[in-house]
Amino acid sequence: MRNPLSDTIVNIPPSGIRKFFDVVSEMKGAISLGVGEPDFDTPWHIREEGIRSLEKGRTFYTSNAGLKELKVEICRYLKRRQNLDYDYNSEVMVTVGGSEAIDIALRAMVNPGEEVLIPQPSYVSYVPCTILAGGKPVVIELEEKDQFRLTPEKLEEKITPATKILILPFPNNPTGAVMEKEDLQAIAGVIEKHDLFVISDEIYSELTYRGKHVSIAEIPGMRERTVLINGFSKAYAMTGWRLGYAAAPALILKQMLKIHQFAIMCAPTTSQYAAVDALKNGDEDIARMKEAYDERRRYLLAEFCSMGMDCFEPYGAFYMFPCIKRFGMSSDEFATRLLQEEKIAVVPGTAFGDCGEGYLRVSYAYSLEDLRKALARIRRFVERFDQNAGQKES
Amino acid sequence: MRERILAVIEKNSRIGVKELAALLGENEAAVAAEIAAMEAEHVICGYHTLINWDNTDEEKVIALIEVKVTPQREMGFDKIAERIYQYSEVTSVYLMSGGYDFTVMLEAKSMRAVAQFVAEKLSTIDSVLSTATHFVLKKYKDHGTVLCEGPQDERMMIVP
Repeated sequence: MRNPLSDTIVNIPPSGIRKFFDVVSEMKGAISLGVGEPDFDTPWHIREEGIRSLEKGRTFYTSNAGLKELKVEICRYLKRRQNLDYDYNSEVMVTVGGSEAIDIALRAMVNPGEEVLIPQPSYVSYVPCTILAGGKPVVIELEEKDQFRLTPEKLEEKITPATKILILPFPNNPTGAVMEKEDLQAIAGVIEKHDLFVISDEIYSELTYRGKHVSIAEIPGMRERTVLINGFSKAYAMTGWRLGYAAAPALILKQMLKIHQFAIMCAPTTSQYAAVDALKNGDEDIARMKEAYDERRRYLLAEFCSMGMDCFEPYGAFYMFPCIKRFGMSSDEFATRLLQEEKIAVVPGTAFGDCGEGYLRVSYAYSLEDLRKALARIRRFVERFDQNAGQKES
Repeated sequence: MRERILAVIEKNSRIGVKELAALLGENEAAVAAEIAAMEAEHVICGYHTLINWDNTDEEKVIALIEVKVTPQREMGFDKIAERIYQYSEVTSVYLMSGGYDFTVMLEAKSMRAVAQFVAEKLSTIDSVLSTATHFVLKKYKDHGTVLCEGPQDERMMIVP
């Protein structure tokens, strides 16, 4: 029999998180701080809209780009929050989560061999999706000394004549870093100079804790070069509904829609009806959940600080990214020992790129009660390490 | 800062000042001072525990009594309320708009004890015109907390 598989897909390594996941799920009594989704349930009024749409028998396909009502609400939302104008008819489409939007944006824009700049540490799908689209991923390694922000120097350094696209994943998973207006202005010049396009993954846009999120599309000259990606998963705690969207110039969106039409048909109808309600009546829910995340964020930062774990202050998403270099262990080793000795699951920074070495991703999408229990165990682990280190020295 | 402190301790009165200060990103001493001030001003009137008595062996009867009254000269609603809330078995008294005047919540050992209270203590107050007593059968949600089920985390352990 011939090899039934595609070399391209076989050569892509599986997600680094997977391996760790298998160990964690076998372990009894483990507390996980490894989750990348909200701990809140979807607000009841949104769920109710989904239920109502089922009761009314709205169980058919929607148009490929999504319900008109939803696209109109998305445009209103982008105007309200980001002061961006998009035409609901030609510049917005509803996707199966932000993940689909990332995939089809790359496939719609990349020609074989063209380079895609991917700042890391970042979400696990950018590199594989670039490869699947036939592009060449080029990693930009972000550093803590820059608060894990993308600087114009770092960007310029990796640009070649083959560079076409920059992926901009802010607010960032796993670092919690944000790009503020001045940071975006600083890189906009470089983007324009080299005639690049931007795929801006703004799925955590509602979760910023120092000032309002700014989209790169708001910077003059950038809207026409940007595919803005957002969704309902993080802001409205709707991960399982699988609903995201892309807003982009019609020229690009038209081709993205083609892929979506052939591969997906349309995003789930029930989810789309629920999402209309989320956008219309969900602002208060966002504020409530954000306040809760912010409390936990401050609590965790204070705790890490008091146990002598270095951690830069993240202003976005719901992750802390403490540095563990002083322990002389690799991220993998630290995470594995923490799991074995204290039954706490965190994700090694290396799952999000090689430059995540020396860091851990700690999610605070957990109740304060859970965080308190988990932090006590981490503290015990750190204190034990420090004691042993002290004994060895004396 | 007051409203933010209250929002947290309304849900968790056991939280320590240090942790509370960390949550709010405020100075510990300032938070402690603010709480002390609110206690003095009766903004904070007590620290209670939310108990689901149904899960204990303790027998308890909770009654909600609608009370109609005629306020008399020199004796407005406040005075009548005072005569009602002095009883230790009364847990809450509210002045209501609409079809009746007071809601009186009562906790007692048995239905007979409630009946006795209504017949002997409440109805005998001069201003009380009539009462309608309702018994609570089951508490589903109290003080914003769902009592009947423990929350369960059904998420996968690790998600990128």
